[in-house]
Amino acid sequence: MKEYQTITEISGPLVFAEVDEPIGYDEIVEIETPQGETKRGQVLESSEGVVAIQVFEGTTGIDRNASVKFLGETLKMPVTEDLLGRVLDGSGQPIDGGPEIVPDERRDIVGAAINPYSREYPEEFIQTGVSAIDGMNTLVRGQKLPIFSASGLPHNDLALQIARQATVPEDEESGEDSEFAVVFGAMGITQEEANEFMEDFERTGALERSVVFTNLADDPAVERTVTPRLALTTAEYLAFDKDYHVLVILTDMTNYCEALREIGAAREEVPGRRGYPGYMYTDLAQLYERAGRIEGREGSVTQIPILTMPGDDDTHPIPDLTGYITEGQIYIDRDLNSQGIRPPINPLPSLSRLMDDGIGEGLTREDHADVSDQMYAAYAEGEDLRDLVNIVGREALSERDNKYLDFAERFEAEFVNQGFDSNRSIENTLEIGWDLLSMLPKSELNRIDEDLIEDYYREEAETAEAEA
Amino acid sequence: MSQATQGSVREDGVIASVSGPVVTARGLDARMNDVVYVGDEGLMGEVIEIEGDLTTIQVYEETSGVGPGEPVESTGEPLTVDLGPGMLDAIYDGVQRPLDVLESKMDSPYLDRGVDAPGIDLEKKWEFEPTVSEGDEVAPGDIVGTVPETVTIEHKVMVPPDFEGGEVAVAEAGEFSVTEAVVELDNGEEITMHQEWPVRKARPSAEKKTPREPLVSGQRILDGLFPIAKGGTAAIPGPFGSGKTVTQHQLAKWADADIVVYVGCGERGNEMTEVIEDFPELDDPKTGNPLMARTSLIANTSNMPVAARESCIYTGITIAEYYRDMGYDVALMADSTSRWAEAMREISSRLEEMPGEEGYPAYLAARLSEFYERAGYFTTVNGQEGSVSVIGAVSPPGGDFSEPVTQNTLRIVKTFWALDADLAERRHFPAINWNESYSLYREQLDPWFVENVQDDWPEERQWAVDVLDEESELQEIVQLVGKDALPEDQQLTLEVARYLREAYLQQNAFHPTDTYCEPEKTYGILTAIHKFNDEAFKALEAGVPVEEIQSIEAAPRLNRIGVQEDWDAYIEDLKAEITEQLRELY
Repeated sequence: MKEYQTITEISGPLVFAEVDEPIGYDEIVEIETPQGETKRGQVLESSEGVVAIQVFEGTTGIDRNASVKFLGETLKMPVTEDLLGRVLDGSGQPIDGGPEIVPDERRDIVGAAINPYSREYPEEFIQTGVSAIDGMNTLVRGQKLPIFSASGLPHNDLALQIARQATVPEDEESGEDSEFAVVFGAMGITQEEANEFMEDFERTGALERSVVFTNLADDPAVERTVTPRLALTTAEYLAFDKDYHVLVILTDMTNYCEALREIGAAREEVPGRRGYPGYMYTDLAQLYERAGRIEGREGSVTQIPILTMPGDDDTHPIPDLTGYITEGQIYIDRDLNSQGIRPPINPLPSLSRLMDDGIGEGLTREDHADVSDQMYAAYAEGEDLRDLVNIVGREALSERDNKYLDFAERFEAEFVNQGFDSNRSIENTLEIGWDLLSMLPKSELNRIDEDLIEDYYREEAETAEAEA
Repeated sequence: MSQATQGSVREDGVIASVSGPVVTARGLDARMNDVVYVGDEGLMGEVIEIEGDLTTIQVYEETSGVGPGEPVESTGEPLTVDLGPGMLDAIYDGVQRPLDVLESKMDSPYLDRGVDAPGIDLEKKWEFEPTVSEGDEVAPGDIVGTVPETVTIEHKVMVPPDFEGGEVAVAEAGEFSVTEAVVELDNGEEITMHQEWPVRKARPSAEKKTPREPLVSGQRILDGLFPIAKGGTAAIPGPFGSGKTVTQHQLAKWADADIVVYVGCGERGNEMTEVIEDFPELDDPKTGNPLMARTSLIANTSNMPVAARESCIYTGITIAEYYRDMGYDVALMADSTSRWAEAMREISSRLEEMPGEEGYPAYLAARLSEFYERAGYFTTVNGQEGSVSVIGAVSPPGGDFSEPVTQNTLRIVKTFWALDADLAERRHFPAINWNESYSLYREQLDPWFVENVQDDWPEERQWAVDVLDEESELQEIVQLVGKDALPEDQQLTLEVARYLREAYLQQNAFHPTDTYCEPEKTYGILTAIHKFNDEAFKALEAGVPVEEIQSIEAAPRLNRIGVQEDWDAYIEDLKAEITEQLRELY
């Protein structure tokens, strides 16, 4: 392995060095500064005689005399089952003071694409215990469902609630509900947020079945482009080699995208929308698409990436491109939050694309799809009427309209608002749904099968209300 | 993808630089758009720029670890697809490598690099039945025999377009592999079941004609209000979550085309898996056979290499054209053309080309129109009629239709199905906005509907359009003063419009019956609502208050027609009941 002292240019996170042998694209580089500090980087462009290197730990301290060493391989993650329970930094080094990690295998972190032919379609219901998700935007094993949030909103609490409560109700014969192994990838979050996660993991004992990667806000930005790949490589190993069902939480994708933009700008690339690189869609897809199930393998990778929308704007490139790749999204809503609704999930713009195949008879309950559809329609109608109430007042509305307004109120207060500590079973969620839907006359329930109305509709509720 | 057939011998080169999917090579003697094999692993790529001694190549596979000095080998051939029996019931990546074959060759669920496989099985024996006999004259494009490709489709073997043609010397029935000659001509030309065709070039045809037949989709809002013709073009733009993919899947399932080519371009892996798992179990509404028997899938998901995403659209349309040449009606779904455009943008920016609007290359509009122009209703070279209909999904950033891909697409296509996030949020599906969408084929197709469905199809449709227009005007007032402030007749119009939206425009793709609605049923539902309208207005004129009209028991049953299998009797019954209940009021 040759060492070079041939650095010609240092610019932001990039270092250019002259070489006299061919260097592979994406290869790992070690740069030793004259002070004896070692930094790692990756080849971004390799041409005859010169390579561009992206340095993970920042270029501070590197000078023309720093020595550059090419390791002849692409970035690898040492994987083993023993990673469970460990806390690592953003580039995969243990920071919990535990023993050294003895890997079973070292895996390329870029991760080849799963052959679509080898995938298995995700359709196993995950019970998160959160009504707004289970009832209205059901998560299934192998799905990628991001949380669209914004600054100042309790998305971390929701993510923790899901990590704590998520189970897959198993068949009655096999008994036990299965739990998830959690791989947590933090990118550019503050120490305080990181503590919040760690404390919760420790308090609930979840740490034992978790692998934590933390790149903090004051860690080098470029390292953020590596952290999620390390996390996902670990997740794939646990899922497809060791049969775990893995829940991957990535936070905050916005910081990841900022890092991409920073590198793009340093390379003087032609920028796409709002200065983000034109290949951001492909880059994000290479992360998100690593969720899924594979035919013939026991485990699964389910992803919940969290992103904060700059200016609450979901047309911003980060949420926009994410929404085009992921299988739905969960919106955290500022208004609901200020009304004290916990978790403040707004079901209307939220969506789970894989819901239809994961619910229904034998999976959740026969009435699930219809109930969810009807609640959507009713809540949307109630929301519309609220605008009108502001102008004409409630008295000016018909009896029917007033029922919808009441429905919307109770929907938020009872169905969505459950607190971060309550864990509702899917039956419980659907029963609350029927409590609310029974406020409306039967003839309004045009999205529910007539037989199901017969079975579940609460006659008493209607009559009781009429009397009152 | 086609195995390299040897062209003229060309010089090989070495890699000069690598940056993601873009590789430059020195000393390579290749033509523009030739396929080359890059590096020690032989990754497949295509020449996209030649400058001095440097040749720029876009590589269809991941380039990690590839470095300067490694060899580059030219095939001397442009990117071609293998055409022949076996393309149906198959699933390909963007350069026509069969994904099932790749899985077994790589022995891994992950896509490895440097593995090539022909697009069709070269070994498999097919039952060939000649349709020509010795002494017949055949010209390029002519059909010389048939092969039962799937239960649904009879594959036709044609004289390749670059042959001279002549008198048939040998033509015998029997079992052949695609590389064996099935018909020999007196000039020595041997016709096999296998042809190759460069993907970026349209296959020849005799004449492009005006399409006059609808591509019946079984979707009420499409057939009823915004029909597309066989050989027509349509765009479905919409923000994420508005139902582009579900609409595309519905069309792939239910459209009355003979052949469906589904191109998943830069989209989700799980969606393609859904198609692979669902289609073999669904029945083709036309023949009752499994849907896969008429379907060819191209899956280049968003995490697969970006250069292959650029080519997958061309691979798809070339396969479509080949079946068109056999005289079939082919429908091609491209989901999504925005990802294709972005792949162009990504490659263009790596080449440091001067960007046009929003970073897209200046040739974006030209590429889009070139692609959509390959659709059409044709008289083929062999005198048959065949069509290629193209339906492209568009994913505009932020749902903003003013962006370049949507705008350039709208300049070409004649049908526009605008998906609407608001409708999707209230679970009105398909979330196609009836005020913004249009079809320029409407008038052209009316004679077909009049002849094949009902005489007053155009009039009934116009009635529905008028009511919906009136509703959207009234809604503006309602937003200000509330519904009850409107005069009674307008309130009633709103009620009728509500049924149009709920019973007619909405359709449940996941309901076993409602998912497909034949044109007769589409028409039937419309007449039922029209009947309610007429009777209700009569009642209103007779002095019945609108609230009483609204609360008749039969009316909400309009919303249930969609899920009825025996809809004909149900509608008749319902019409009678509505009439009776309304007349009882006065």
